[in-house]
Amino acid sequence: MTYVTEALLVLLALVALWTVQTTILRAAIGLALTSALVTALLFEMGARLAAVFELSVCAGLITVVFASTISMTRPIDDAEAARCRARRKRRFHPAFFLVALVGVGLWATGYALEVTAPAASAPLASAREVLWGARRLDLVGQLTVLFVGVFAVVVLFKERAEERAGEAGDRAGARTEEKAA
Amino acid sequence: MTAGYWIEHYRAVASAAGILFVAGLYCILFSRNLLRILLGTELLTKSVTLLLVLAGAVTGRVALAEAMVITVVVLEVVAVAVAAGLVVGVFRHHGATRVRLLTDLKG
Repeated sequence: MTYVTEALLVLLALVALWTVQTTILRAAIGLALTSALVTALLFEMGARLAAVFELSVCAGLITVVFASTISMTRPIDDAEAARCRARRKRRFHPAFFLVALVGVGLWATGYALEVTAPAASAPLASAREVLWGARRLDLVGQLTVLFVGVFAVVVLFKERAEERAGEAGDRAGARTEEKAA
Repeated sequence: MTAGYWIEHYRAVASAAGILFVAGLYCILFSRNLLRILLGTELLTKSVTLLLVLAGAVTGRVALAEAMVITVVVLEVVAVAVAAGLVVGVFRHHGATRVRLLTDLKG
């Protein structure tokens, strides 16, 4: 195994552990880093199209979604942050040992796959051919899920927009009454 | 790198994917914050992505694995967008994103 792949795997494990234990905004950044490392590994394994998707969507878009959600929710004060930090340390302390145990266990047990190398002359289809040919039904599913997701987000935020409009109307009414009085 | 190379070295990649999986599972099980739980599911998805491509590389069917990973990524981003919207909704309703607050349907 090359040094690059080894370094990527070690970094991936460390970044994943850091992501689990740090504050929420740093965790979002850690998730983006994890995605970037997974991208590099996918590229090493020859899955270039999947690597591009992983980098653009997972490291980019999902991080933006996480950061937006964090900014839309209430930031905690210093005292609560200190309490959360202490609780998090206590709660996630065993994670290091558990993860190390799993990693070493998987490595040491020598689990073996019954895999034979494919014939060198086997035709190599491109991802595009597979996606548009053999897995065409997947695209229908993807489109359906995309539409469902879009409608769900629209419905979730439409209700809030209506609530805000109602509140603004109430405030305007109250101001008019005050002026009239 | 050929399929033979990955057959020889699959264990290291599978171990890293296993570590990712355990980290994500731990995050889901021991977190009380909805956003952090969502983050744990993301880590689980990363692990699955890595294993899918590893399986493709080992069996010499990287293109099929790529098609599946693209499907997973699309589902992942939709799930995260909807879940983030729900988290914001929960925050607006309860004023916090703690799981313990979600007891409206309890019992």
